[in-house]
Amino acid sequence: MQEHDMSWVRTEMALAQPAPPSERGLYAWVRKNLIATPGDTILTILGILIVAWILPQVINWALLNAQWTGPDRTVCATVAQGGIQPDGWSGACWAFVNAKFGQFMFGRYPIEERWRPILVAILFVALLVPMLIPRVPRKGLNAILLFLVLPIVSFFLLIGGVFGLPHVETSLWGGLLVTLSLSFVGIAVSLPLGTVLALGRRSKMPAIKLLCVIFIETVRGIPLITVLFFVSVMLPLFLPEGVTFDKFLRALIGVSLFAAAYMAEVVRGGLQAIPKGQYEGADSLGLGYWQKMGLIVLPQALKLVIPGIVNTFIGMFKDTSLVLIISMFDLLGVVKQNFSDANWATPQTAKSGLVFAAFVFWLFCFGMSRYSMYTERRLDTGYKR
Amino acid sequence: MKHIAFGILGAAALGFTASAASAGTLDTVKQKGFIQCGVSTGLAGFSAPDDKGDWQGIDADFCRAVAAAVFGDGSKVKFTPLSAKERFTALQSGEVDILSRNTTWTINRDTALGLNFIGVTYYDGQGFMINAKKLPGVNSALQLSGAAVCVQSGTTTELNLADYFKSNKMEYNPVVFEKLEEVNAAYDAGRCDVYTTDQSGLYGIRLTLGSPADHVVLPEIISKEPLGPAVRQGDDQWYHIVKWTYFALLDAEELGITKANVEEMKASDNPEIKRVLGQEADTKIGTDLGVSNDWVVNIVKAVGNYGEVFEKNVGSGSPLKIARGINALWTKGGLQYAPPIR
Repeated sequence: MQEHDMSWVRTEMALAQPAPPSERGLYAWVRKNLIATPGDTILTILGILIVAWILPQVINWALLNAQWTGPDRTVCATVAQGGIQPDGWSGACWAFVNAKFGQFMFGRYPIEERWRPILVAILFVALLVPMLIPRVPRKGLNAILLFLVLPIVSFFLLIGGVFGLPHVETSLWGGLLVTLSLSFVGIAVSLPLGTVLALGRRSKMPAIKLLCVIFIETVRGIPLITVLFFVSVMLPLFLPEGVTFDKFLRALIGVSLFAAAYMAEVVRGGLQAIPKGQYEGADSLGLGYWQKMGLIVLPQALKLVIPGIVNTFIGMFKDTSLVLIISMFDLLGVVKQNFSDANWATPQTAKSGLVFAAFVFWLFCFGMSRYSMYTERRLDTGYKR
Repeated sequence: MKHIAFGILGAAALGFTASAASAGTLDTVKQKGFIQCGVSTGLAGFSAPDDKGDWQGIDADFCRAVAAAVFGDGSKVKFTPLSAKERFTALQSGEVDILSRNTTWTINRDTALGLNFIGVTYYDGQGFMINAKKLPGVNSALQLSGAAVCVQSGTTTELNLADYFKSNKMEYNPVVFEKLEEVNAAYDAGRCDVYTTDQSGLYGIRLTLGSPADHVVLPEIISKEPLGPAVRQGDDQWYHIVKWTYFALLDAEELGITKANVEEMKASDNPEIKRVLGQEADTKIGTDLGVSNDWVVNIVKAVGNYGEVFEKNVGSGSPLKIARGINALWTKGGLQYAPPIR
């Protein structure tokens, strides 16, 4: 029953109307993002010009004019340079990368034994992929296989000398094999070690605290290149003749300790960001130190510093190139070493080799970076920052 | 070769060299079954990896020759690539048995660093390459007054350059870079008219230029860079084996013994050839040295004679195409001379 006279009352909610045509679709996107103001328009035109100028040259060089296969330098050199290409030709010499591909991947690892690093790589991928996909069950077993069993199996597979496998000394290792094994061990060692160091630095026990502070500050205070140089040039002089301490092992220890010191500071940053109430809450529940850290503090702290952790990983991945100073040849080292092969000396060789090395490094770093962003989103259960 | 800081480090190492030399290198080498050879981390024609990753070049082949003399098998050698900074320590500490790494023989290295150079496998020297388009008509370094010269900083090359221009009362305009790659790029881009470094290196660099035909290596050599292998001081037997391997390579070339004809040469009537190849009755030349009597046969079978090694790695058989020049035998107007094997 209605007292007041109302001509019409709406009884249901009005349906949302689609946005006006000027606000949706391709045109709107272009208008909003590219030509919103005169300034934007100028920048857009400049951008298009730059792309139009660079892109054809890049495509021409890297794809259309590129030489993919060939026996030696002649395919990548012009007639004037002693090759077969017409004068004025400029293209990537992927034939060089192709001919040296085995070396870029494995260094001087004997050709007939290269199935061993390939097998290790397959095992690594087979264990890493399920580890990275959150839906796959049995993470605990997977982690044990990946971080404990795999390194041991890989060690015997790669070094050999047991089960009838010929011994391959680490001085023959090189290329991506060295880059990846250094970074994998570095990552696997530095995260737990760094976490322990960070906890130690915040410990109330003076001896442990002092030790951790000294370690972190010493290692962070010396350039990696100095330590590598020292262990490679000075250390052999202090050891008796014949006692050689494997170079690869030296590099492995150096890189791992370095990454651990940096990691400790990253993790400490996370620990400091946890409100005191969380510690007190854990205490009031009667949790011990390790329970408090393992169940309450670290899960939150580590989640906060994922970008910092991945930053350290990526930095370390690229730092492995410094082992060149002790004559170990990581991917970049092997690529540069092969520039000295007179059979491939052309103006295009160095460019092509470096572009290839850059692409491989980018592939791995970009992969790590995307995965870390995915992890951040997945773990973003609490407050947004 | 180039860095002064190195001498200090080497001097610090001196105290340790005496102990390093005490064990007989030949016995250790025979026991482990291979020779550990220190080479460069990559220098075209001297030691550089081929497509399979095997080391090729004069320096690498020299180590193969020593392996052939000791084991009768040129493949019994393992290569350790060494940076310029590491090379002397590696030899002193026993990490390598021979340092065959385009190293300049100087008195300081021969005495203070505790090394023994066995000879000169390649007479190198600092040379000039010019861009003939920018400097037409220049065919001698003495015409370079006023030129812009690309050079790597902090090297003896830079000092030699200054000395040369000063002593000839010429002006020049140095274009200095820290890294070799930067020097190459600057020269190729035309930022300077002249490039100076070791002459053997100039030929390698020329291959990477856009138009090699426009660039000429001038005949003048303004410094002495005798490159040769070195061993540790204090082990005369090993020193002799390495030294005479070098002489055997030269003597084989002088007598016309090549990889192809060495088997026929064994039956030669020439007493000198018979003596060198160990075919004389009751010969003790090889055993006195500490190797087998057919050591020269093994060397030549493994790598050929000196001329063959040269032509294959840096000469007509390689893209570098370096002329023999002063590296020819003494009989052909060069400096390579070996005492007789008798």
